[in-house]
Amino acid sequence: MSDDKTNVGEEEVNAKPRKRRWLRFWGVVALAVVATVFGLALLVNIFQRKQEARNPFFRVVELTDDTVDPSIWGKNFPLQYDDYLKTTDQVRTRYGGSEAEPRTPTQADPRSIVAQSRLEEDPRLKTMWAGYAFSKDFREERGHAYMLDDQTFTERQKVTNQPGTCVNCHASAYVAYKQLGGGDIVKGFEQLNKMPYFEARKLVTHPVACIDCHDSQTMQLRVTRPAFIEGMRMWKASQGIQNYDVNKQATRQEMRAFVCGQCHDEYHFSGPEKRLVYPWAKGLQVENILAFYDEQKFKDWEHANTGASVLKAQHPEFEMWNQGIHARSGVACADCHMPYKREGALKISDHHVRSPLLNINRACQTCHKWSEEELKARVETIQTRTFNLRNLAMDALVDLINDIKAARDAGRNDAGVTTAQDFQRRAQFYLDFIESENSNGFHAPQEATRILGESINFSRKGQVALRNRP
Amino acid sequence: MIKLRLAQGIILGVTLGLAVGVGAYTFVYARGYSYMTDDPEACVNCHVMNEQYAGWVKSSHRSVAVCNDCHTPPGLVGKYTTKARNGFWHSYYFTTGWFADNIHITTRGREVTEEACRKCHGEIVGAIESHSTDLDSQTRCLKCHSSVGHMH
Repeated sequence: MSDDKTNVGEEEVNAKPRKRRWLRFWGVVALAVVATVFGLALLVNIFQRKQEARNPFFRVVELTDDTVDPSIWGKNFPLQYDDYLKTTDQVRTRYGGSEAEPRTPTQADPRSIVAQSRLEEDPRLKTMWAGYAFSKDFREERGHAYMLDDQTFTERQKVTNQPGTCVNCHASAYVAYKQLGGGDIVKGFEQLNKMPYFEARKLVTHPVACIDCHDSQTMQLRVTRPAFIEGMRMWKASQGIQNYDVNKQATRQEMRAFVCGQCHDEYHFSGPEKRLVYPWAKGLQVENILAFYDEQKFKDWEHANTGASVLKAQHPEFEMWNQGIHARSGVACADCHMPYKREGALKISDHHVRSPLLNINRACQTCHKWSEEELKARVETIQTRTFNLRNLAMDALVDLINDIKAARDAGRNDAGVTTAQDFQRRAQFYLDFIESENSNGFHAPQEATRILGESINFSRKGQVALRNRP
Repeated sequence: MIKLRLAQGIILGVTLGLAVGVGAYTFVYARGYSYMTDDPEACVNCHVMNEQYAGWVKSSHRSVAVCNDCHTPPGLVGKYTTKARNGFWHSYYFTTGWFADNIHITTRGREVTEEACRKCHGEIVGAIESHSTDLDSQTRCLKCHSSVGHMH
């Protein structure tokens, strides 16, 4: 202040330095303001993270063992629910994923978008499945969000009468089991299987939901599908473990694969009651499963071109994963398909279930310290090799089918034809085991090539058998 | 004029005071002082390295080395320069959230750790070192022993 007094007379002369001082003053104030704002923003951010770490979730609604609607669960678990909703995405990977194809909605099928037709991509599939509904409509699978719609509106529903059994894995069926069975899920399961599809369809409203894998009170993982519970009991019994109860005896890490295994496996509808049975009584490998079907004298249909009793393999992801190095190392489905992610201070499982190739950092780099490009290249190498061999096996099978057809058209019905038909059953099941499996060999690369190799061998042996004329 | 100067002084004082006050409070609330220490707990203040910390607690090195022993170079200057540098970038990325979940060590960080192995194991490593100037053909402890401190 004393400076001001002495400088009073010079003020008018020194207007410029005064202006500069003025500017400097406000400059410092502005900086201090910015620093304060920044400091407060940081403080709030740190506060928020600390709060998140303290309370992993807030219970805002009461969940019960009958709450099917995932949006209600989503009120307590908004982060998981947000990710769960993202399974509506349609993103391609090199060999998998789905493309969104526009279609004109009709009264019977209101879908405006479907996935690309696999039958158009590879018409040999029509030959393999001749006489079966899959030769009419077979599309690339879409995300979990579409499982119910895609099952309801597939053309396959029009060419055949599907049983209610399909609902087991195309909808959130747990509460429906309980209602049908008066609280007993196994009884409800038996009732559901016997119904015609569209009657069973009325009992369910959601695709796979929270309650199908989680206990509503503890959020612990649990298996709700009777077919898996029974399948695991049969498989464990074949290893000498009697009365295995998956919900009591499996470890937490095992459950992170088993809840997915409830549906992602090979199955068949057993007997007139159309019971959903997983064919694991002799083991999980393709030859064990085929031996089981042979023993049951089971066939899915009679091949239209050859008259062979053939089988349709269905997405045996759980079985194939079990043969691979990841399963052997204790890596569960969820580790790669629902990897841990960070949301603020919280660590959660990513409920946007999808191909690990679309999420390499979280899915692979937890264990594999290589660049994303390198890891992707490794996976695609495996898949390309599998795909090429699958094409060879497909050609071999079509050759066999054509040869059997030609022989029968020529009036042959001898032992050579019967043997060839049996080889077709084998070749076709082995090939379909890999074709329908959703990893293009990645879940168990050597096992996949072994199976395809054997399939080619069966097809060619079938052709050789036809040479043996009576 | 005197009144104006007084008003200016008050404005300046309040704004600067707020900035320093908020800064100081944030520093204390965020346990900023803990970063000056060797306490491994400081590294999990913000949760991002929880897995690494949990891995270290179970590792063979937990009783002989803390985070700073392997992740900062020897000497006060080197140590605090590295701490300041890493601290700045960690705060930047972890606050903005612009980072991939599975974090990876930087090339510089890896070199620091590689050298840190030799602080204790120098004698035995000396016998097998190739002393090549070519980085690729040098003996790299972490190539095989990357999980001794912690997994991941």
